[in-house]
Amino acid sequence: MNRFWEFANPVRFMSWSGRLLPLLMALAAFTLTVGLVWGFFFTPEAENFGSTVKIIYVHVPAAAMAINIWIMMLVTSLIWLVRRHHVSALAARSAALIGLTMTVIALGTGMVWGEPMWGTWWAWDPRLTSFLVLFLFYLGYMALWAAIEDPDTAADLTSVLAIVGSVFAVLSRYAVNFWNQGLHQGASLSLDKEEHVADVYWVPLVIALVGFGLLFVALLLVRTRSEVRRRRTHALEMRERMADA
Amino acid sequence: MIALLIRDLRLAVRAGGGFGLGLAFFLIVTMLVPFGVGPEAAILARIAPGILWVGALLACLLSLDRVFQLDFEDGTLDLLATSPVPMEGVVLVKALAHWLTTGLPLVAAAPAFAMLMQMDGPGQYWLMLTLALGTPALSMIGAFGAALTVGIRRGGLLLSLLVLPLYVPTLIFGAEAARRGAEGIAAGTPLLLLAGITAGSLALIPFAAAAAIRMNLR
Amino acid sequence: MEMRVENLVVGRGGVAVLEGIRFTLRAGQVMVLRGPNGSGKTTLLRSLAGLQPPMAGTIEAPAESIAYAAHADGLKSTLTVRENLDFWAKIHATGPVDAVLERFNLTALATRPAASLSAGQKRRLGLARLLVTGRAIWLLDEPTVSLDTASVAIFAGVVREHVAGGGAALIATHIELGLEAEVFDVRGLRADPDGTTARGAFEASFDAAFGEALP
Repeated sequence: MNRFWEFANPVRFMSWSGRLLPLLMALAAFTLTVGLVWGFFFTPEAENFGSTVKIIYVHVPAAAMAINIWIMMLVTSLIWLVRRHHVSALAARSAALIGLTMTVIALGTGMVWGEPMWGTWWAWDPRLTSFLVLFLFYLGYMALWAAIEDPDTAADLTSVLAIVGSVFAVLSRYAVNFWNQGLHQGASLSLDKEEHVADVYWVPLVIALVGFGLLFVALLLVRTRSEVRRRRTHALEMRERMADA
Repeated sequence: MIALLIRDLRLAVRAGGGFGLGLAFFLIVTMLVPFGVGPEAAILARIAPGILWVGALLACLLSLDRVFQLDFEDGTLDLLATSPVPMEGVVLVKALAHWLTTGLPLVAAAPAFAMLMQMDGPGQYWLMLTLALGTPALSMIGAFGAALTVGIRRGGLLLSLLVLPLYVPTLIFGAEAARRGAEGIAAGTPLLLLAGITAGSLALIPFAAAAAIRMNLR
Repeated sequence: MEMRVENLVVGRGGVAVLEGIRFTLRAGQVMVLRGPNGSGKTTLLRSLAGLQPPMAGTIEAPAESIAYAAHADGLKSTLTVRENLDFWAKIHATGPVDAVLERFNLTALATRPAASLSAGQKRRLGLARLLVTGRAIWLLDEPTVSLDTASVAIFAGVVREHVAGGGAALIATHIELGLEAEVFDVRGLRADPDGTTARGAFEASFDAAFGEALP
């Protein structure tokens, strides 16, 4: 187990992430291309959805990532609070913008899809509303990071926010469900065969999901690497200031 | 801890407007709504529970940045942190003081505002009941936001951005219970959920907020 | 009643400021903390008071024995002098404040709101708080700022009585208080940012983590 935590040492992290990154990017590009091309051009048009159904290859993975990224931020925040691994805190910070982008993509594609399907760009449907709330959570989290000068304090406080925010995010989800039953279709992917979309759509969707996951990890590494470098610049500046004092 | 509560209340009274400000804001919001949506009684009565809940929430938000800010700036929090009073207790008392100066006046005035918004007798009663149950959670959650942003100059806007999404469940259950009650539908479920949120907030948030304050004092 | 500090490293913003701090503050002792501006005296005092975690080393002191006083007195301008002091007496569950007011020459001002006090009077009120805490170890950060000569004398007298009664005080100050005191100078303890102590001090501090060149 101790060997595992060594990967979180910034120097070690920079070294392994640097080597892994090109491979990861190539994999993400490949999987995304396969998933999206297959999904867009080689699936039949659904009878009651028309060609608009193909937006699920962006919409569903983006929505899934938007939620998973928040969960990942919760886990890395906990690791920071318990074990004080800097890379963990910086990874949480880096993930937030990606999560925010995924949320916006999910909302945007949802609106584009909703217009022909439900005849409206926006409905106060529980899922849509939940994502709007999630968007605000991401925004607040990032704003708090940006507002605090001392990086360790910022990491601490945003971690506490991520934990409390997670509890309230779950509560909000249930509250919003309670508040309005909604017109959104059920889960697109589910282990329960009865419910999820037909097989022809399912395979490329899974590939697109994997592609989005890989893309996230690649982007996360890029952003975390630049955060580590920024952090090091800050450390060097602090040191110089101390040497001058 | 009682000494701290008394001191905070005394400060609120002496500063002037401690009690009145949130209430005045609430009144203005209530007054502006008919100007915006028209004076038709049926429409007003129908949207009243939601409007009044949103108004109460914003009125609570108004005074949140002062919960810890002044004590942080003049060093009181440092001294309290080294005193025998646990920081969790400080947070709880501060949130209670905020509720007594902001939430409680809103609850007390709720029937009058409900009447202005054309709600009938049971509606007024339900609005008051839900606000009484829900506003403590608003103060407690707000105190958490205030604890996070205490070290940030001009953190008021950030505080709103952090706290408002956290208010979503409280608002939904509170307004829903008030609406159902006013329409004479069974409102037991949202009311219980609202009480659950308040109880949970009171039990758990002091720990998170106290941790945030200690982080900010470092 | 003593405070024992061993191999302490304190820092701000994750950077070690002072290292190798080692002293024992015994009952009946006054220790004066010296060092140029920005040398870390405030950081040290805040760490000793438990307001920020030390980066390494140990601070041993009996539980709830420390009273800390800094530049900010925590006074509320709309409360009277007596109400301000009463508040801290209640927080620390100690007795009536009349004797303390008298000792700091504040009795005549007792019913005035703190807002109307001069800087020196406010400072006296801030220092009077120390007596109502009932705590033995005083950690004072520049306590004599804005005090006139007569007030400094009152303060020195209070410290003298406090240590004579078994208390102890660690005071960061530049002026001569006329007290029998040991001097603790932090000048030689400046942490070397590249030194092994600072870097090894706290594995996860960013100095340790980010100090090396990155690939």
